[in-house]
Amino acid sequence: MIEFRDVSYTTEDGNEIVKNVSFKLSERFVVITGPNGSGKSTIARLIAGIIKPTSGSILVDGEDITGLGVTERANLGISYGFQQPVRFKGLTVKDLLSLASGKKLTTAEACSLLAKVGLCARDYVAREANASLSGGELKRIEIAMIMARNTKLSVFDEPEAGIDLWSFNNLINVFKELHESTNGSIIIISHQERILKLADRIIVIAGGTVTADGDGGTLYKEIQTPGCIYYRKGD
Amino acid sequence: MAFKGLDPEQIDLLKTITGKTEFEEGTAYNLRLNGQGVARSVTENINIVPKTDAPGIDIYIKAGTKNETVHIPVLLSQSGLKETVFNDFHIGEDAVVTIVAGCGINNHGHGDSEHSGIHSFYIGKNARVKYIEKHFGTGNAGKKVMNPTTFVDLSEGGYMEMDTVQIGGVDDTFRKTTAIVGKDAKIVVKEKILTEGDQHAETNFSVDLNGEGSGAHLVSRSVAKGRSTQKFVSDIRGNAPSNGHSECDAIVMDEGKVVAEPRLSANDIDAALIHEAAIGKIAGEQIIKLMTLGLSEKEAEEQIINGFLK
Repeated sequence: MIEFRDVSYTTEDGNEIVKNVSFKLSERFVVITGPNGSGKSTIARLIAGIIKPTSGSILVDGEDITGLGVTERANLGISYGFQQPVRFKGLTVKDLLSLASGKKLTTAEACSLLAKVGLCARDYVAREANASLSGGELKRIEIAMIMARNTKLSVFDEPEAGIDLWSFNNLINVFKELHESTNGSIIIISHQERILKLADRIIVIAGGTVTADGDGGTLYKEIQTPGCIYYRKGD
Repeated sequence: MAFKGLDPEQIDLLKTITGKTEFEEGTAYNLRLNGQGVARSVTENINIVPKTDAPGIDIYIKAGTKNETVHIPVLLSQSGLKETVFNDFHIGEDAVVTIVAGCGINNHGHGDSEHSGIHSFYIGKNARVKYIEKHFGTGNAGKKVMNPTTFVDLSEGGYMEMDTVQIGGVDDTFRKTTAIVGKDAKIVVKEKILTEGDQHAETNFSVDLNGEGSGAHLVSRSVAKGRSTQKFVSDIRGNAPSNGHSECDAIVMDEGKVVAEPRLSANDIDAALIHEAAIGKIAGEQIIKLMTLGLSEKEAEEQIINGFLK
């Protein structure tokens, strides 16, 4: 359903972050992994339309979306979970969930979404999504927003980043549930072994290129090998 | 019951600033229209007496009054009218009361309309007051000017919360709030201001924390759009073991300009005073986040500002 055709991205100062990446994904649960700085998050941002490829094209269900902006892609059914959730002064958790759902939610509806990500809902709905919430709490709210959108493609950029171990265990359960319940496809950018384990398909990115791409079960084992060749290839 | 003698525009204005077109039976209120008191109602616990030596009213809240509300809206629809009104609030000990004030100016003429409300609060021991004030202006020609001056004297254990909102249509405002805070008393001010076009808003807080255990918490959130300008001045003096906190958060858009001048004076070794100020445009990532939810850039901006000033 989403396809990268020879996509490259070079920053304004000439840094080539993504080089001729091609893939076509239709699996329900895909994990993109690879070393830090390999270009994984850039791929997520390219999917969401926050940045545009320097060359190549991006297609969704065969339609070329390379020229579409963030809003248009969101309305086409692409959701994007930020690595660092954004804080808002004034907007409450319920406001954000309502905006994500595209309708004004009742407290009960907002609570049921929050319960899915393991937050004790009534304590949260009326709170501002500001600095008073911890990184783990914001992360789970971010995920709840994407669940509320219920789109055909959801991209999560390192959902495990910046959260404590306790929250992480809950997060894994959330993704397990998403894996089972989603009607669309999920792409997760992650280093986490336990998230990789859930993958139907794994793509390894190193040095801005695809160094391995295959079935989750098989590739998961190979990645666990010390000094995994795919991680080194792009260096 | 609905007010007699108000035209539809005046009723709209009343609704904008109070959220109501009439007040419930048994509620205390005083409605001032174009320089005259036109309707008044008192209760067993709340008395409203017009001043004889100056324009304005004295509001007496009996000691021990519990959870009553008094409305004192002001409407100006006569272009060129300039008035200064003195309202004094005498709050008895242990009273718990909500005071809803507000001023709406509808100026269709060419003269400038101006309302200066001088409000003094004398708050008795352990009394709790919530003061809500909404300012709004409409009409295109003459200027709409509001200059509220508020003085608060808080006795021991007293508490006052001021929620003030000025959203749209006021060309010029100078808002001065002075408070003297006694032992274990606290003042909380939450201010929201939106300016646009060539409007100017200035807000000035001066607080003396005189009693042991006294406190002040001032929060200002504002948005300056167009070519509008704003100035925020706060001066908190901790003259006793006390806690003071002021916070100024402003969003600038277009060519808007905001100046924040906080000042803290610790005149006692146990005075703990904090100021936080943040001025800047809307964070790009906030806009992008909302765009990833399907909002356009403009819709995202509106949501962020509406939330910020909520």
